[in-house]
Amino acid sequence: MSEPVRFVSRGQVVTVAPDVPHTMTVLEYLRMRLRRTGSKEGCAEGDCGACTVVVAEATPDGKLRHRAVNACILFVHQLDGKALFTVDDLADGEHLHPVQQAVVDTHASQCGFCTPGFVMSLFGYFKTHDKADASSLKDALAGNLCRCTGYRPILDAGAKMYEAGRDDRFAPQEAALVKQLSGLARERMLDHSTPEGSFLAPRTADELAELLHNLPLGDNWMLAGGTDVGLWVTKQHRVPRSLVYLGRVTELQRITDHGDTIEIGAGVTYTDAFGAIDTLHPAFARMVRRLGSTQIRNSGTIGGNIANGSPIGDSMPALIALGARLKLQSKAGTREMPLEDFFLAYRKTALQPGEFVASVTVRKPDRTSRVGIYKLSKRFDQDISAVLAAFHITLDSDTVTSARLAFGGMAGTPTRAKKAEGLLTGRRFTPDEIEPAVAALADDFTPMSDMRASAAYRLLAAQNLLRKFCVEVSSGKTITAEAAE
Amino acid sequence: MTAVVHKPIRHDSAPKHVAGTARYIDDLPEPEGLLHAALHLSERTHAKILSIDVSAALALPGVIAAITVDDVPGDPDIAPVVRGEPMLAKGAVEFHGQPVVAIAAIDLPTARRAARLVKVTYEDLPPILSIAEAIEKQSFLLPPLGLKRGDAAAAIAKAPHRLKGELNIGGQDHFYLEGQASLAEPREDGDVIVRCSTQHPSEVQKLVARVLGTSMHSVTVECRRMGGGFGGKETQAAQFACIAAVLARKTAKPVKLRLDRDEDMIITGKRHDFLSRYEVGFDSDGRILGYDLTLAGRGGWAADLTGAVVDRAVFHADSSYWLPDVTITGLCCKTNTVSNTAFRGFGGPQGMATTEYVIDEIARYLGRDPLEIRLANLYGKDANNVTPYFQTVTDNILPELFDELLASSDYKRRRQEIDAFNAQSPYLKKGLALTPVKFGISFTTTFLNQAGALVLVYEDGSVQLNHGGTEMGQGVYIKVAQVVAETFGISLDKIRITATRTDKVPNTSATAASAGADLNGKAAQAAALQIRERLAAVAGAMLGAAPDQVVFANDQASAAGRSVAFAEVTHKAWLERVSLAASGFYATPDIHFDRASGRGRPFYYFAYGVAATEALVDTFTGEYRFTRADLLHDCGSSLNPAIDLGQVEGGYIQGLGWLTMEELWWDDKGRLRTHAPSTYKIPTARDLPEDFRVQLVSGRANPANTVFRSKAVGEPPLMLGISGWLALKDAVVAAAGTRQVHLDAPATPERVLLAIEAAKQKAMTIPTDMAAGT
Repeated sequence: MSEPVRFVSRGQVVTVAPDVPHTMTVLEYLRMRLRRTGSKEGCAEGDCGACTVVVAEATPDGKLRHRAVNACILFVHQLDGKALFTVDDLADGEHLHPVQQAVVDTHASQCGFCTPGFVMSLFGYFKTHDKADASSLKDALAGNLCRCTGYRPILDAGAKMYEAGRDDRFAPQEAALVKQLSGLARERMLDHSTPEGSFLAPRTADELAELLHNLPLGDNWMLAGGTDVGLWVTKQHRVPRSLVYLGRVTELQRITDHGDTIEIGAGVTYTDAFGAIDTLHPAFARMVRRLGSTQIRNSGTIGGNIANGSPIGDSMPALIALGARLKLQSKAGTREMPLEDFFLAYRKTALQPGEFVASVTVRKPDRTSRVGIYKLSKRFDQDISAVLAAFHITLDSDTVTSARLAFGGMAGTPTRAKKAEGLLTGRRFTPDEIEPAVAALADDFTPMSDMRASAAYRLLAAQNLLRKFCVEVSSGKTITAEAAE
Repeated sequence: MTAVVHKPIRHDSAPKHVAGTARYIDDLPEPEGLLHAALHLSERTHAKILSIDVSAALALPGVIAAITVDDVPGDPDIAPVVRGEPMLAKGAVEFHGQPVVAIAAIDLPTARRAARLVKVTYEDLPPILSIAEAIEKQSFLLPPLGLKRGDAAAAIAKAPHRLKGELNIGGQDHFYLEGQASLAEPREDGDVIVRCSTQHPSEVQKLVARVLGTSMHSVTVECRRMGGGFGGKETQAAQFACIAAVLARKTAKPVKLRLDRDEDMIITGKRHDFLSRYEVGFDSDGRILGYDLTLAGRGGWAADLTGAVVDRAVFHADSSYWLPDVTITGLCCKTNTVSNTAFRGFGGPQGMATTEYVIDEIARYLGRDPLEIRLANLYGKDANNVTPYFQTVTDNILPELFDELLASSDYKRRRQEIDAFNAQSPYLKKGLALTPVKFGISFTTTFLNQAGALVLVYEDGSVQLNHGGTEMGQGVYIKVAQVVAETFGISLDKIRITATRTDKVPNTSATAASAGADLNGKAAQAAALQIRERLAAVAGAMLGAAPDQVVFANDQASAAGRSVAFAEVTHKAWLERVSLAASGFYATPDIHFDRASGRGRPFYYFAYGVAATEALVDTFTGEYRFTRADLLHDCGSSLNPAIDLGQVEGGYIQGLGWLTMEELWWDDKGRLRTHAPSTYKIPTARDLPEDFRVQLVSGRANPANTVFRSKAVGEPPLMLGISGWLALKDAVVAAAGTRQVHLDAPATPERVLLAIEAAKQKAMTIPTDMAAGT
């Protein structure tokens, strides 16, 4: 049975027209259907941020959670039960919002095409931070490209927007909005269908399992954050029969601390998982801060990153190095496996028909553990890695008692360097003694050349990263050209 | 004292930018019956077209028309300079991604789906993919430009020291945030109005008229603003305007063609990549005695503006240095890749970067700080001040700028600190470089240095301003408005800036060559002065004073101790039947160039700047960060310091991106694989140097008679970014432990690491540093 999708905009509940297909993006909906043209299309792949909007959700404790996301790879139906803020909504008539006024005052727009996206990223920041600090502001803007200004004035605007305090015209209405949103909560699974296909949003894991049991794979796609699936639609022009949205499945949104392990539900976004990841290891958190952009981390999920089987998902090597185990669920029940066994070949995983990734469980490193996670790309922020190296060794004094070296970008799947691991184990972890293991990486991998890096660079950099890890472990100091946080 | 010019006034569209109400082509209200267009692109790199089958596309419900080049009613050749650039592929495809068929449909998804249903059969031809291959096969688009003074070969042969080498400098995608877009609407009498995101409305007008087989008076082109241009919409907006216009003619409906990001990056030209080969002879102080340089630019499959781009590379290969005996040759290479085009700097950056690299090589050879070699070769004020094209540099302020920046950036102390840091830091290495910019202002094609404006004063005292300059974010609208406000002595809010339109000002030049405000400011000023003169007569009569005593300021006309409001004067002028409209015109004086002899004065004046950039490199991976940059740039008496500061900062970051992270990558089949921001990386907010200190030169009016003695600023600061690339080279030298290093651009982390490795290997096989010299 087809039901209308509802969300809140400008204080009003908007009912999406029943003919809006399941694959229409929020940006297409705004620009083509509503002709609200403030939000721009710069790339239609979530990389430039010109389409940035802010989505607000009611949290279980009755607060509003604002998140900047890319409207170009967010499907309209994902807005169900949420509130949408676009650049067209901020000003009160002629009276600009403090964020907008700051951008004007600092001369932070030139051609103006990226500006709506920056305004919305700044608005998302304004709504979630008490004040601006340079580092987190750069994190917040990493997903917005400007080709004119060189960014200095935009960063200045981020500081200036707080000059009149944190309140804006939306602040007094937040309680009412929370109430409005709770009124949109669904008792049953959302099922919206058009002749083009269906958007299905089950609410429990059992509902999801039942649904997947009856849907053949292939034409029906699971959708988590949409940061990859969105591109299958906008760039590859593929149209699924149905989208099964995991964002409303309660069990998948949980993070559970079991003491010596942490279990992260497959539907948890990177933003929400950040605390748990930081608990696992600060190096993991440092890497995740560079994974995608704020908009991508606000949408993208760890489960989605795993399930799509991409060879370049940055978390995979880190999770494999940390010995993560995966829980897969279907109508028949659940099963577990080490994460590295999940990846069979390029974009091919162990997921069976009717099965979904439920969670990933990671053991917390102990005192004997040393962990290094390194992301290598042409650009520091929001760039797909040429090489992602994740090392996890345990030491008895300076002798290696176990080693897990996992790499992304070196093969068709995230892969452990088994030969190098063998050559590390039982030896002292010193720059001289690791050289056989360093050399063995050339046997473990035959990387390819592409637009991100040559095979020669990938191999040399992978080797040097192991050397760097060793120097860092021996000296207890981090060696980096990155700015101090 | 001025009231409006020289003030840091915000961009006129800023409040609209932030509110999302500034309209770009795709935001305009859609006319009734609008059709959407999409393109079918070549899937081969170089091939004869055997057949084109559009039947499946036409069969898709909602598809209205499909056209090939044979459906063009007029002349399908849309080349801006040299003929041979069909609107859609004609008989053969010359690069992977060349548009072959255009579709019009009732909505965009349908048009794009239909475009993928077109079937083309091909017979492959051998492609030429690299510059080196083009040189080897003598595959050129145009004859070379040569500059020659003295006998470079003899001077090099006689010189105490010699170096010879080769350098690759990559291209750059414009990555304007708004992709190419045009909306064509048929009107009466076969006329058409085209709204287009273009830097060159008049050329779009001319080419639309050409493809429709009509005259320019039938075509109106309008551009209110662009979401970025950077040269990418100088010539290359026209193709999409023409396709939309032909589809509009065929269907008798309005047609919009807006490219998707990937299509835009695949179809449109970029900054020319260059292969440079040099030989230089110099003395023990690093003074250049003879210099022989070949600059080979990749034009791609068609000429477009390549001739002028390579010319400008040749003109800027002197960078800021006196080259006594010199030969510079520019080659326009033809390859089966996208047709490269104008991009901020227009070849100048590639020529300048090459010679800055050579200077650095001389310094490494001699074991000196490159700064010393720069100062040793810098153009003199009274001697050693003639360029290789025999223009005397009369306005040189570089010695002063070097002094100022050396002091403000604390260069010498930091140089020592960096050397000390490098001596004790085994894995992280710092580098520092200070480089100058001297950029010639004027189109090198002399006739283009003209502009027109239309100023309309209404009887209520308000003003409409129109001129040939197009607004792409650089602020030409507000600058010219400031000039007009200043001329009338009125406040800016009395002036309405209107969209650039070919039916208001005809035969305009592109907004390019940094000359937008210079040319259009002067033209608008000329128009305003005519009207002011008429108003002075009226006001003089009202005030009982002679016209030449009337002063226009503070929204008033004043004379003889009395004042009357500007609006009263205009009202009175209307009653007295005085014309309140004027067109203004400007042609840059005193410039000329003779190609055959390679002599002349192609530039009206030069704009200068200096930058010092510091880099920190992780020698395990080649990753780096720019820790500090000090910029000092010359805008003459800036028309608007806030706008100019934005140009300087933005230009520097764009230049830094070009030479460091922005890498265009074609596969071995000639397919561009970096055609979206996921794979093509332009700088983000974090790539801004951590400590960023930017100053405009103060107190130095332009000696040339420009509008309010300002200087052009659009392109020159881009070349300040060269200092970042050479700072990386400096760090590579420190890391490699040898001065013999090679670092092509863009200096990605990969190139930096491999440069360190290669230098280490070479140092191991060659016993001394100097072995490769001479």
